[in-house]
Amino acid sequence: MSVVAILFPPLVAAALAWIPFRRGWAPGVTVLSCLIVLVLAARMAWRVAAGEPVTDSLDPTWSNWVAVDGLSVLILLLIALVATTAAVYSVGYMAHGNPAPRRLRLYHANYNLFIFSMLAIPLLAEPTLVWIVVELTTLCSALLVSFANTREALEAAWKYVVLSLMGAGIALFGFLVLFAALHAGGGSQYTWAGLVAAAPGMPPLLVQTAFLLILIGLGTKVGLVPMHTWLPDAHSQAPSPVCALLSGIETTSILYVILRLFPIMQAVPGAHAQTWALVLGLISVGTAALLLLQVSDYKRLFAFSTVEHMGIVLTAVGLGASADYGAMQQIVNHSVTKSFCFFAAGATLLAVGTREIAMVRGLVRRAPIAGAALIFGGLAVAGAPPLAVFLSEFAILKAGLAQGRYVATGLLALFIVIAFFGVMVHLNRMVFGAPAQGLPDPPGAAGSRLPFTCTLILILAAVPVLVLGVYVPQPLHELMKHAAAALVR
Amino acid sequence: MSDATTQLIENLNALATGLFLLTAFGIVATRQARGCLHLFIAQSLLLAASAALLGLHFDSGHLYGVALVNVISKPIIVPWLLRRIAPAEIYTRREIDQVLNIPTALIIALALAIGAYFLGVPLANAVGPGYHGPNVPIGIAGLALGAFTLAVRREAMPLLIGLLAMENGAFLAGISIARDLPILVELAIATDGLIIVFIVGVLVRAVEQHVGTTAVGELASLKEVPAKRLAEEAAP
Repeated sequence: MSVVAILFPPLVAAALAWIPFRRGWAPGVTVLSCLIVLVLAARMAWRVAAGEPVTDSLDPTWSNWVAVDGLSVLILLLIALVATTAAVYSVGYMAHGNPAPRRLRLYHANYNLFIFSMLAIPLLAEPTLVWIVVELTTLCSALLVSFANTREALEAAWKYVVLSLMGAGIALFGFLVLFAALHAGGGSQYTWAGLVAAAPGMPPLLVQTAFLLILIGLGTKVGLVPMHTWLPDAHSQAPSPVCALLSGIETTSILYVILRLFPIMQAVPGAHAQTWALVLGLISVGTAALLLLQVSDYKRLFAFSTVEHMGIVLTAVGLGASADYGAMQQIVNHSVTKSFCFFAAGATLLAVGTREIAMVRGLVRRAPIAGAALIFGGLAVAGAPPLAVFLSEFAILKAGLAQGRYVATGLLALFIVIAFFGVMVHLNRMVFGAPAQGLPDPPGAAGSRLPFTCTLILILAAVPVLVLGVYVPQPLHELMKHAAAALVR
Repeated sequence: MSDATTQLIENLNALATGLFLLTAFGIVATRQARGCLHLFIAQSLLLAASAALLGLHFDSGHLYGVALVNVISKPIIVPWLLRRIAPAEIYTRREIDQVLNIPTALIIALALAIGAYFLGVPLANAVGPGYHGPNVPIGIAGLALGAFTLAVRREAMPLLIGLLAMENGAFLAGISIARDLPILVELAIATDGLIIVFIVGVLVRAVEQHVGTTAVGELASLKEVPAKRLAEEAAP
């Protein structure tokens, strides 16, 4: 079976979700399609980990458009995993408050299209087509961000669309310049592999311009500082399962496109791709860490933590060599942890009905599951041992020290520590703090019960966060090694 | 092709791209929403003209394809989609208070265009020998002015036009340096532009319904509020 088969279930499910059938139909179709995608992605990942080629069954004419290697399979697997958990979480979460059946169908159709567009990013090999599906991720998710139709949600969706598309316009020019560079360098195949092959002959000025344009353009969507301003808005106003998708995997799958440029840049003399990555990464981590200290909305808190994590990945890629593996590990751990955090934030929102940190105190007594999940998610995302993110951050810092890059590594460590305190100060107060004097009861705090699927996902999604912190399974280790190898020429 | 014909084609292309730059300035400065749309249509036709002329120059079927796609999608389908989806109000709105007044905005736009020239010329030279015309610097200027439009306008229509104008700018530069882009890609990008119009139209309609304005730039309630002040506000 061809690798493109993975694109069909979400497309079919998007069409089926529109059928006005029973209430459980659209969510059911979505969950089923995501499960199929997960199985297909896991199969591909297994083959890559075992060292077998995944593209053998691919028709040669397709190879100009579709290509799969370790890095793309890793991203595919993460998309499939988070898409599945968020789909199951959505079943209970979106049924809360009894929305009109038509709105529910709209949600699920959009959800599937969003998954489709994300899955296409790592599969496609032609950079301009990749650009188009990156645009599609914005367009398919815009209506998910604005789903609540409140003034705030609409504002967030608007900022998200305008800034992402503005970035995309800049990136489009970057991809056209890259195409020109390929032809000037004597290459003819405009694919990631073709670019890497033709890189030594390409005019450095063109490649560098293209790299910077794409880094700025797509960096807007990844949430790199200073292009991050839309991210906390969109990642906090969307429904929680959508936040898990946006923060957990959309950012990483766009970052993947930027990572694809690094092997090309390595062949170009005088190109400072890694320096750019290091500087932009450190600025992102530092700014996010400081902003984390003064947030007032716990979903924005997790959104800023996403900016921080993207910065850490970029910094690791900037350090290069042995830090590449750490970057891959950080991508994996970010996806599983951040999606869990937004599931926990969603459970908290259902329990207390407000997003304000100042309005929530003593959550663990009022809603034990949400409270426990929130503090667990906070510890995990801030990088407390022995949880997943700790391991990858430690690996990156260790690689940085081994290379003797003391300043960069020191700054990174400092920012990570600041971010840790930023996250924990707020969440600790929310979960364990005594109710302050004079604070009114938050609205809608009738103590609505957490839907079953939400509880189920909170338990299931916690497993990888715990396990990956103490033990990396051999196949995953192999997959991450293959993925890290794709960053080097 | 004789030298005189080539010369004529190059001159006509220079004229088309020059007018393209003027429309980009117009989009920054026009107050009426409808005027912005008309300028954008003119700009797309000029882009198509430049693509057709370059197609003639290089005898390239791809570029005729680009011209055709642009003539069909932007002047015809975009206004039709907007009429179907977006609230009629966005046509009639006139922007009174802009972020910057128009003379200031135009001076900054001029500086951007000059900057684009200094960026574009070495870039076009690096692509190699052959005719590039003024497409690369003017395309970059179009991209920059589109982005600048996004920064200074608040009404939905000029903002949408700013987004699409950025794409036009990228393409104007692209047709001279990336001539053999597969037609499939061109078609996909044109479709993508239409999806942008569709989604933005739906969003503007939702904003108009739920917030009661199409001045989307004035939505600015989401920002960091120090937790302490919030607690004080919440306290009776």
